[in-house]
Amino acid sequence: MNASVTEDLGTSSVTEFDVRDPDRSTQVKGFEGTIGENTLDNPKISTRNVNISYGEKQAIFDASLDIGRNEVIAMIGPSGCGKSTYLRALNRMNDTIVGCRVTGDLTIDGEPIYAHNMDPVLLRARVGMVFQKPNPFPKSIYDNIAYGPRIHGLTRTNAELDEVVVTSLQRAGLFEEVKDRLDAPGTGLSGGQQQRLCIARTIAVSPEVILMDEPCSALDPIATAIIEELIDELRANYTIVIVTHSMQQAARVSQRTAYFHLGKLIEVGETNQIFTNPRHELTENYITGKFG
Amino acid sequence: MNNTEIVKQSLKRRYAREKRFQLYGRCAVLVGFVFLALLLTDIVVKALPAFSVTEIRLDVDVSREALELPVEGRLDRDAIIAVNFGGVIKKSLREAFPDVTKRKQKRELYRLVSSGAEFALQAMLVNNPDLIGDQPLRIWFKADDDVDTLYKLDTRTSRISDLQLGIIEQLRASDSIRTVFNTTLFTASDSREPEQAGIRGALLGSFWTLLVTLIVSLPVGIAAAIYLEEFAPKNRITDFIEININNLAAVPSIVFGLLGLAVFINFFGMPRSAPLVGGLVLALMTLPTIIISSRAAIKSVPPSIKEAALGVGASHMQVVFHHTLPLAMPGILTGSIIGMAQALGETAPLLMIGMVAFIVDVPGGIFDSATVLPVQIYLWSDSPERAFTALTAATILVLLGFLVVMNAIAIYLRRRFERRW
Repeated sequence: MNASVTEDLGTSSVTEFDVRDPDRSTQVKGFEGTIGENTLDNPKISTRNVNISYGEKQAIFDASLDIGRNEVIAMIGPSGCGKSTYLRALNRMNDTIVGCRVTGDLTIDGEPIYAHNMDPVLLRARVGMVFQKPNPFPKSIYDNIAYGPRIHGLTRTNAELDEVVVTSLQRAGLFEEVKDRLDAPGTGLSGGQQQRLCIARTIAVSPEVILMDEPCSALDPIATAIIEELIDELRANYTIVIVTHSMQQAARVSQRTAYFHLGKLIEVGETNQIFTNPRHELTENYITGKFG
Repeated sequence: MNNTEIVKQSLKRRYAREKRFQLYGRCAVLVGFVFLALLLTDIVVKALPAFSVTEIRLDVDVSREALELPVEGRLDRDAIIAVNFGGVIKKSLREAFPDVTKRKQKRELYRLVSSGAEFALQAMLVNNPDLIGDQPLRIWFKADDDVDTLYKLDTRTSRISDLQLGIIEQLRASDSIRTVFNTTLFTASDSREPEQAGIRGALLGSFWTLLVTLIVSLPVGIAAAIYLEEFAPKNRITDFIEININNLAAVPSIVFGLLGLAVFINFFGMPRSAPLVGGLVLALMTLPTIIISSRAAIKSVPPSIKEAALGVGASHMQVVFHHTLPLAMPGILTGSIIGMAQALGETAPLLMIGMVAFIVDVPGGIFDSATVLPVQIYLWSDSPERAFTALTAATILVLLGFLVVMNAIAIYLRRRFERRW
């Protein structure tokens, strides 16, 4: 189980590790700050000295990372390293968790994410999210996609809404498969189709950033390949942050990779460099499979 | 001895244990089923006589002279109402059985017909004044409940005299006595005379009471559940409230009756015996049930759906009303209807607020005095007349029928909402 909270909104899932525990903290040997190019010029999202804790338990220590425009950045690391927690801090999904505290400077296009005048509803319309387990609404395929535009009032006429639904489905590569049954329940699709439906639902509100929390972990290799292809295409229009347990997937879809270990951001770099020439010992151990 | 043999030996024991357990289970189910079957059979057998009623045929002289009405001119309504119909019926009884001459015997003769017969005749003639004329009317009158019991059940109660027995034999011989479907059961209210008693008043009383209960407890209960589950901060105060709601569910229902008496009747001065007060008391009683079941239903909505909605930028309110509530609806409805069914069968708190009174009128609204089905059962089961036994059982059947219908609705609604994927 991942350290963060994708399934249940409780804090129980983070109790399996306690990074504050002195014995375990010392396990991050030789950590003296993040290695690699963690800052960028003109980033889409910038995070500085981010600390996240659930009650007494700290999940992220002092992470600083910039996310560039139109890039796919992968977050990798062993279970419980805090990468999902970090991801969910970017669109304030952690707000729903009782006792979760986020400190540090997080900005999107220079606007502070955690400022009082930043409305989480508006933020989530700009920073969409795809979850680990496909979670279509128990409604029709059409209504699944149309839900976001409807609640935000993005379309004025039914024809416009139809168009948004069709283009979203086309961009998610699902339209050809479901065009004859848009009224069928979204939950009746296969796992891979459901996940693409969720991606279509996310892009229907035209976000600027898409966060993906292990989007392929519940899918078979063929469905995974389709989604990965889709991520590559979506890069043209969106910034994508993807958490993954599959190093091959990180290598295939991302331009940059960030390696988290026990709540600390160990290393950031070009994906090629991370996988071929990791600079930190922990990164090397992880990608060579010595632990993970 | 190797592992396989050890496992083989233990297997025998394990299977035997499973078989024993299954046997216990079957016995338990069987015992429950037998008791239910016994109970139902007993009620049905006892209730059947209440659905029919014995009638006696009489030729009634309805000429103007016999009715002591003016011989000429139009008859006005009040004049007809004022006629001594009791005397008219007694006269036709005397004419039908001229052998009965002694005073005491005559009284026994008069008692064969229900005391409601004169009102039946009155209503008939008031509604159809054209029937008044020289042509005698042949009318079936309801028999007295003791005659009814004798004729239907072949059981002679102590109040049937030998003379009456003989007359009934004569009636039987001349086909002047019969049983018909008892419509009075569904059109009349409570009465001291079993043959004139019906459950319409109690049925409508139950309806009005439940209506008040539904209107009060459903919105309040669901709103409280949504707020507590979705919006309320999790702190000591909400914990305290939760404990209190759970405790409230375990409070004996008669205590709610005392509360209703003290608060609604004595403090607010609401009318006694009214469905309004009964409904409010039952609403208080069902609230915990509705809140607890609604909270459980809301809690069981998968968080992934809520996250999905939050993820596309729905506000908290939109998440609750667009996703959580529709998905929780089957559970909420089931809980609410079960709560309502509980309220329908509740007697004790209603005794405290005066709904146990003897009420002959059919309640026309929530402010009228009324009684309810379970209280009617309680009242009739206490009555000495033999025929009330059947009426009690019949009322129980009607109440059970209502409960079955309500539970069926609950199941239907749950299926229906669940099928929306």
